[in-house]
Amino acid sequence: MYKLEKRGAPMLAAGVAAVALAMLLPGAPAAAQSASPIKIGVIAEATSVAGSSIPQAAQLAADEINAAGGVNGRKIQIISYDDHSSAAEAVRAFQRAATEDHVNAVIASYISEVVLALEPWTGRLKTVMVTPGAASDVITQNIAKNYDHLKYTFHGYLTSTSLADQVCDAAKDLLVKELHMKTAVVMSEDAAWTTPLDAEYLKCLPKVGLKVLDHIRFSPDTTDFTPIFNKIEGEKADVMITGISHVGTQPTVQWKQQEVPIPMLGISSQATNSTFWNDTNGATEGVLYQAVSGPGVAVTPKTLPFVAAFQKRFGNLPSYCGYTAYDEVYYIADAIKRAGSTDPDKLVAALEKTDWVGTIGRIQFKGRDTANPHALKIGGSTIPGLMLQWQDGKQVNVWPPKLANGTLKFPKFIKVGAAN
Amino acid sequence: MAFARDPMTEFWQILIDGFAISSLYALGATGFALIFGVSGVLNLSHGALMVTAVVAAWAAGDSLHVGPYTGAAIGVAVGFAASLVTYFLVVNPLQRTRKIREEEKEIFILTATLLWGIMIQQLIAYFYTDNAKTVAPIVQGVVAIAGVRTPTNEIFTAIVCWLVIAVLWLLVNRTRAGKAVLAASMNPRGITLLGVELSRVYIAVWAIYGVLVGIAGVLLGMFLGISSYSAGPLTASAFAIVVLGGLGSVPGALIAAYVVGYLETITAYLISPAYRTIPALLLLVAFMYVRPRGLLGRR
Repeated sequence: MYKLEKRGAPMLAAGVAAVALAMLLPGAPAAAQSASPIKIGVIAEATSVAGSSIPQAAQLAADEINAAGGVNGRKIQIISYDDHSSAAEAVRAFQRAATEDHVNAVIASYISEVVLALEPWTGRLKTVMVTPGAASDVITQNIAKNYDHLKYTFHGYLTSTSLADQVCDAAKDLLVKELHMKTAVVMSEDAAWTTPLDAEYLKCLPKVGLKVLDHIRFSPDTTDFTPIFNKIEGEKADVMITGISHVGTQPTVQWKQQEVPIPMLGISSQATNSTFWNDTNGATEGVLYQAVSGPGVAVTPKTLPFVAAFQKRFGNLPSYCGYTAYDEVYYIADAIKRAGSTDPDKLVAALEKTDWVGTIGRIQFKGRDTANPHALKIGGSTIPGLMLQWQDGKQVNVWPPKLANGTLKFPKFIKVGAAN
Repeated sequence: MAFARDPMTEFWQILIDGFAISSLYALGATGFALIFGVSGVLNLSHGALMVTAVVAAWAAGDSLHVGPYTGAAIGVAVGFAASLVTYFLVVNPLQRTRKIREEEKEIFILTATLLWGIMIQQLIAYFYTDNAKTVAPIVQGVVAIAGVRTPTNEIFTAIVCWLVIAVLWLLVNRTRAGKAVLAASMNPRGITLLGVELSRVYIAVWAIYGVLVGIAGVLLGMFLGISSYSAGPLTASAFAIVVLGGLGSVPGALIAAYVVGYLETITAYLISPAYRTIPALLLLVAFMYVRPRGLLGRR
């Protein structure tokens, strides 16, 4: 009984609101529907360090929007599904979200393989999907090839090519100009997202002045990285340019333990998480990684309040896809507001016109006539991108200069500048 | 391309790295072989128990902020406890039940330990995520051996492994309880006729196994780091080593551990780290054809 009463009050209020709206607005049936919540499905890797931030950040955004009155009087409801990092489970969750739970949009996964498996289903079930963390360029290349069918997919995180470009830009300023480095080895895990990443690395690194001596792709279930580090050291590279996400702890710990004298810079998704210091027992000291946000870095006026609210509620700092998932709930809500409807085609049209200042920068999607429709615009006034470094247990931003809150600092075993 | 540095350094590198990893394999497989030799149980939760020890040691450092020694001790203690829980909760009830026919019990226990391992693995993934964890190393820094920069921790790992194996050897060959264990592995029925309670021997073996699993896990956590995902591959590698060495034979397992460890290391250095485990598995298949009882198998 108690539960019924508790639920009864908002129901009654919603009912009254619906009746009131019905009297105010023409088109009564649509108005009655307006009182029902807007449902956003969140499919994520809830047991991984990076993925666990996705449902949490989405819920935080939804609660904030609801506290401020919702969207056109409708509350936002988050329905979470754990895909256990499996594409098959993610597809099942997506089908359930669309056909049984009748969600209006889905925020899904940081794994490219998972998002690529979901992509055709966005067209088949006409359900909008935004990914907060996958990177493969193929996601948006597919949209270019079959726009009418796949236009429901949006890439809410940087493409691998954009990631590589940002790493190269940072490497130019930090490594080539400051430390006079000349050579690099590309070291990436073998996965869908690193194929375009590595291709762009091999193109852009020589352009910024780093000769690529070797290109190493290793299996994500590699446990012993000694032979790899040995090879790179034997090649006398000045820096290792990384592309790691599924692995992180093990290469970092072994790099420190073996005192490999070559710095690591690049994409290291696990390093974006605040728990990485403890996960590696501090071995991550000196590791440089690209990110779209970082603790204490006010990329936009919304960044720091979000980090504070997240930390207060969940006790830890958000991972990289926590920032994006948070923004996504906001701009999906904004698009629904502008569209005045949750009709998938109208929602797609509204999302394409997104111009939303979020926690990682100004969100705008590339147009239909580009090679990567629905990919985020990067650089300049949109998403600046950062290069952070772990220093004494903290993530310090060292690039770009206007957002930096520290300077490069390496552990003793790293020999920078010695190569000159 | 294989020899990025000069061949001599490469040779020493393989020798040193291979020794450390092989010693770890030896320690892990010894316990696995002991359990099978004495009680006929193929414990497929082996890898999950190792992961449990690592995560406990890591969590102690992470949330209780204990030092590396205390962290390692907690890891070993949890490995020990997890082993006894496995015995009393999973293995012993199946050994005692009359609802399952004697000849079918082995397969029931095998399946039960497999499921138990998966349960542990999923619980760890749920509470501590499936990202890799590492145990704070007790010794840090590097030393040069024959021109190879070797982490001190790697030497420490090999020494501890061999000390533990030596202690185990003394225990089995020089103490009364140890001799009972040895006798039980040769003839379980005979030892009951001599008035030794078999269930006590089993408890002793699982206790010893627990310590071995705890130490092997914590050392692996310091050396390479492991995630809940490693549970399956760890069980598989222990299984492969024990089969290669001869099921139930501890000396066979020790030799096989070095064969597998070096084969993997040589492959990783000279061919590619991506193919690391393949030659050892091919060797195992070849053995199945030529000498199915393994290197030193009795049966």
